[in-house]
Amino acid sequence: MGLNQIRPAGVLMAVVLTALAITGCANNRNLPNNPADLGLGAGAGATPGSQQDFTVNVGDRIFFDTDSSVVRSDAQVILARQAQWLNQYPNFQVTIEGHADERGTREYNLALGARRAAATKAFLVSRGVNGARIKTISYGKERPVATCDDISCWSQNRRAVTVLGGAGS
Amino acid sequence: MIRIWAGSLTSSLLAVAVVLLVSIAPARALVEIDINRGTIEPLPIAVTDFISADGLGAQISQVITENLRRSGLFAPIERTAFIEQVSNPDAVPRFQDWRVINAQALVTGRVTEEGGGRLRAEFRLWDTFAGEQMTGEQFFTNKENWRRVAHIISDAIFERLTGEKGYFDTRIVFVAESGPRDNRVKRLAIMDQDGANVRYLTRGGDIVLTPRFSPSRQEITYMDFAGGEPKVYLLQLETGQREHVGDFPGMTFSPRFSPDGQKVVMSLQQPDGNANIYAMDLRSRNTTRLTNSPSIDTSPSYSPDGQRIVFESDRGGRQQLYVMSANGGDATRISFGNGSYSTPVWSPRGDLIAFTKMSGGQFSIGVMRPDGSGERILTTGFHNEGPTWAPNGRYLMFFRQDAGAGGPQLYTIDLTGRNERRVPVEGFASDPAWSPLLE
Repeated sequence: MGLNQIRPAGVLMAVVLTALAITGCANNRNLPNNPADLGLGAGAGATPGSQQDFTVNVGDRIFFDTDSSVVRSDAQVILARQAQWLNQYPNFQVTIEGHADERGTREYNLALGARRAAATKAFLVSRGVNGARIKTISYGKERPVATCDDISCWSQNRRAVTVLGGAGS
Repeated sequence: MIRIWAGSLTSSLLAVAVVLLVSIAPARALVEIDINRGTIEPLPIAVTDFISADGLGAQISQVITENLRRSGLFAPIERTAFIEQVSNPDAVPRFQDWRVINAQALVTGRVTEEGGGRLRAEFRLWDTFAGEQMTGEQFFTNKENWRRVAHIISDAIFERLTGEKGYFDTRIVFVAESGPRDNRVKRLAIMDQDGANVRYLTRGGDIVLTPRFSPSRQEITYMDFAGGEPKVYLLQLETGQREHVGDFPGMTFSPRFSPDGQKVVMSLQQPDGNANIYAMDLRSRNTTRLTNSPSIDTSPSYSPDGQRIVFESDRGGRQQLYVMSANGGDATRISFGNGSYSTPVWSPRGDLIAFTKMSGGQFSIGVMRPDGSGERILTTGFHNEGPTWAPNGRYLMFFRQDAGAGGPQLYTIDLTGRNERRVPVEGFASDPAWSPLLE
């Protein structure tokens, strides 16, 4: 199943923006974590509480050090924003996708991605997000966003992405 | 349930009837290869085109020639050097003509269509210096099985000349990869060990990983992301029927059969994100937890006697190899070199464990004894991963991705580390698993 397939229909705009962000990442040494770096302005035009608002203004992903599932301090800032946003819009379910870079073996990287997703979930729960709203999945090294063979790409692939699963009823 | 490809495997697995050919001359062989010597000089061998009404005889000879060449133990002589043109495979060859071109062994043969799609294939192996027939057999099978007959003849030649079991009449299950690297399409595929006869087992809609053969049935176990719920599955090759293994609350991955085929051992993701090892009995469906540690325990592989399991764990900080009883309990660390160790696989002979080693930014394939002694690295590079043993325990297949390459390729290497060859597969390929010798 492709990553986009688990997003509900009717959120094409957010998918397009995510794709833009991914394209942008592939050429940069450090993934931009704020909207201005993405060249999208300050998220102007994103309706508060929309998927676009979450992706662009909050930041949907965090990055990890090599072979680590420790939530870094820069990532904690983003996850704190995610928690605040999710607490503000309690109808959204989310799936946290854990990923590893390609510099590891397949089985271990599946486990490492699971560990990163679990650490991300634990942080959000510690900030008041109901754990029942959060699913996790590991993609191991199967879905890199940056595909060169040096550290500029590997550092972007060691990530956990919080994907909005659509507003609940 | 997937039903893409079924049936054709069944027919290609039809038994091949074997009859020993009576020796034309007495056997008292001089030629043989001692493959336990340190350095092996490949044996010069002449494989003549099998006599046939069409091109099939030449095709069979070509498959045999390439098998023997890839083993690294034989140096097939170019056909243009042949002096005698064999036209009657029932006659004794002119040995002097073969000795002159230094062919120490000679293979002759014939294929005949007998109507109804039935094929008769005969071969004889000659010792040119002793002037004797070493072995001779004939086979009856369906014409569509001609390639399998070529592999069986290759095994007979290999066994007669080396004294070891052959490995040519085997298959590889692997993951065929296509599409962009950030959105790879992965399909389960099966092929002959020489890269021929590729067939796809899944359509590519879901990520599939780490297929492994059952030692006793036409069945594989693998991991599939179907429905966004990654878990371990069983796939019956003859019917295409698929089922998941057990009903666990988290992701299951890294499956492998026990040597008797009755259990699947695998990793189960724990709620805290760690992974422990479980075994499931396929008949009773009982599950046994084998490790219980706050770490990533994965890549379990049974010893061939089923008594022990080697696996990797980062319980000591980095990935290292451990051996425990097949019932779980205390585990002993066996890897102590610089770097981390991963994907251990126990040799079918029991004498060695193959692994992936990560050290200094390089990925290597190596072997060590089950007590951790005698570590030897066979190949090193940007990324080598996931060894699997040929059933005779003398060759490994693995996948390699070079820096800047579009994707991974399959390679074989022998235990000396000197005979490394790419397996000719179209497109990209990873996660190979070698079948047992076919029945």
